[in-house]
Amino acid sequence: MQIIELANPTRFLSISARLMPVLVGATAVCFVVGLYMAFFVAPPDYQQGETVRIMFLHVPSAWLAMFCYTIMALSALGTLVWKHPLADVSAKAAAPIGAVFTFLALATGSLWGKPMWGTWWVWDARLTSVLVLFLMYLGLIALWRSFDDQIAAGRLCAKLTLVGFINIPIIKFSVDWWNTLHQPASVVRLDGPTIHSSILWPLLVMALAFSLLFLVLHLAAMRTEILRRRVDRLRRLAADDRLQQGA
Amino acid sequence: MIGAVFLRDLRLGGAGFIGLTFFLALVTIIPFGVGPDLNLLARIGPAVLWIGALLSILLGLDRLFRADYEDGSLDLLLASGHAIEGVVLAKVAAYWVTTTLPLIAAVPFFGFFLNLEPVAIGALVVTMAVGTPGLAFAGAIGAAVTVSLPRGGLLLAVIILPICIPILIFGVTATRAAFTDPDPFLPPFLILIALTLFGAVVGLFASAAALRTATR
Amino acid sequence: MPTLTASGLACQRGGYPVFSGVDLEIATGQTLQVTGRNGSGKSSLLRLLCGLLEPAGGTIRFDAGDPEARVADHCHYLGHENGLKPQLTTVDNLDFWRKVYGPTGKAAREALSVVGLDRVADLPTAYLSAGQKRRAAIARLLVSNRSTWLLDEPTAALDRPSESLLGEIVDAHTRAGGLTIVATHLTLPFAVTATLDLTAHHASARVPAGLGADQ
Repeated sequence: MQIIELANPTRFLSISARLMPVLVGATAVCFVVGLYMAFFVAPPDYQQGETVRIMFLHVPSAWLAMFCYTIMALSALGTLVWKHPLADVSAKAAAPIGAVFTFLALATGSLWGKPMWGTWWVWDARLTSVLVLFLMYLGLIALWRSFDDQIAAGRLCAKLTLVGFINIPIIKFSVDWWNTLHQPASVVRLDGPTIHSSILWPLLVMALAFSLLFLVLHLAAMRTEILRRRVDRLRRLAADDRLQQGA
Repeated sequence: MIGAVFLRDLRLGGAGFIGLTFFLALVTIIPFGVGPDLNLLARIGPAVLWIGALLSILLGLDRLFRADYEDGSLDLLLASGHAIEGVVLAKVAAYWVTTTLPLIAAVPFFGFFLNLEPVAIGALVVTMAVGTPGLAFAGAIGAAVTVSLPRGGLLLAVIILPICIPILIFGVTATRAAFTDPDPFLPPFLILIALTLFGAVVGLFASAAALRTATR
Repeated sequence: MPTLTASGLACQRGGYPVFSGVDLEIATGQTLQVTGRNGSGKSSLLRLLCGLLEPAGGTIRFDAGDPEARVADHCHYLGHENGLKPQLTTVDNLDFWRKVYGPTGKAAREALSVVGLDRVADLPTAYLSAGQKRRAAIARLLVSNRSTWLLDEPTAALDRPSESLLGEIVDAHTRAGGLTIVATHLTLPFAVTATLDLTAHHASARVPAGLGADQ
């Protein structure tokens, strides 16, 4: 199977239809296993107690928030360099999904923050960067929605997506700088090489489950978008026929 | 050609006066919101003026390319055989001169309202002079992307503000460092210069590319 | 002497085909009228030729001695909008375009007197009527010498005397060796060498494009 054959919209529809049940099944299995491990296998943290389990939702959401933008940037390249029609469909379908995962990362981060920091929100460098990322997603979605001409919208959104993509590291760097200046880091950090395998494994399974979920949602949204555009074309055909009869 | 476009846009003026008025209005309402505590105002003053400048710049950017788009001038500029990057450069430069330069000139005056020390005012003028061109170029991307949308003004602000955050952070940081003792002024200031240069290059090419798409 | 050739030109708008398989050739001293029903892509064809649109297929060639030559470097485009700033005086507006397109033609004031606008040259363009604005836009073709004129509905808003004025201007351009492509379904006040009917090239929505591809 060549990637180029996959790129034909009709081929894409038929392959994704066959792939869908398998992916949905795999996602469900991963979630069952991952959630079981997260809630019953992973030990509570000696400092944070049971609340540490929020991490198993928070970390995969944050990972997907960034992964999804990367997918959009790659799709944007596909639109601008190869002018492939599936590329804009992919970018358009990914934006709301990315926004939802970013929102989940923010919401779970906030829920986690309440017992840890004693408040729902801190202007911590990471949370702030994710908030800015959320804003960028919303801006792109708003831009997509304001155009009737989906081809022009695809090109313009692709350019803005790429500008955003090269800005993400700069924003991250700026926010880190701003954060260290205003409040010395006092947050218990979970990163570092000392993650115990009893936490690492559930985390990896959950990350896999979330990634599969993204794949399912993205494929479904792409299928919907392709079908929506076909319906649009049929409407035009009907209008065209009526025009011919009238003439 | 760049010179001709620059001079024409200078003559057309644009949003200079309304931007300045908006800036004044913003500075006026801040004490109503936070209270007339002069010490507090002195502390948040640089940030208030930076945010005010950012918003004033965004306010007028809406018309940067749309006026030319609507009366057909943009088509003629694009069909003239000249590089569209030159048009963007001329228009952004003229926009900066007519809209942002008056803001910077007014900063010393507004600084007294907010109880700023002379050092802080000086630092504000310098950091704004360095940082605002970057904001204008970044904003041009938004103006180009939304050029064909009749009501793109709010959308422009939404898509451009996240991109402007780094310049805002380093502009305010450098200003504050100038009058807060232990913090060094130079590192954030140099980063601000780098960000403006980077923003100018990215903004120039990205908005030229977006304009080409938008007129299609 | 310039020749403009296009073969197999196809145009898409918003992902939908407008026309396809358009061939045209126009040489120095010739005038081509593009006709067709509403929505058949007359304006789009002119925009394709001057580079404002990208063709979905086919090629555009422009031979003017210089191998690097693009149509955009040698053309005047008169679109639906006049490209005049209402705040500036008419003569300043023309002066601006004279600088942008190259000051190779008549002076702005002289060009305005050709179209009979010398008396309002120093008024802000906002005070001009629709027909006067159109004449000022036509005067723009004179301030800079360019061989290829792409005129989109040039007679819109013009009265009978102004139409014959346009006829004289285009005839003079043709005699000087220029080439002109006019998109309109109206009768023109000047001689036309050839006619291209875009209705015949109308691409039905049945011809799949982009995402509609069903094969």
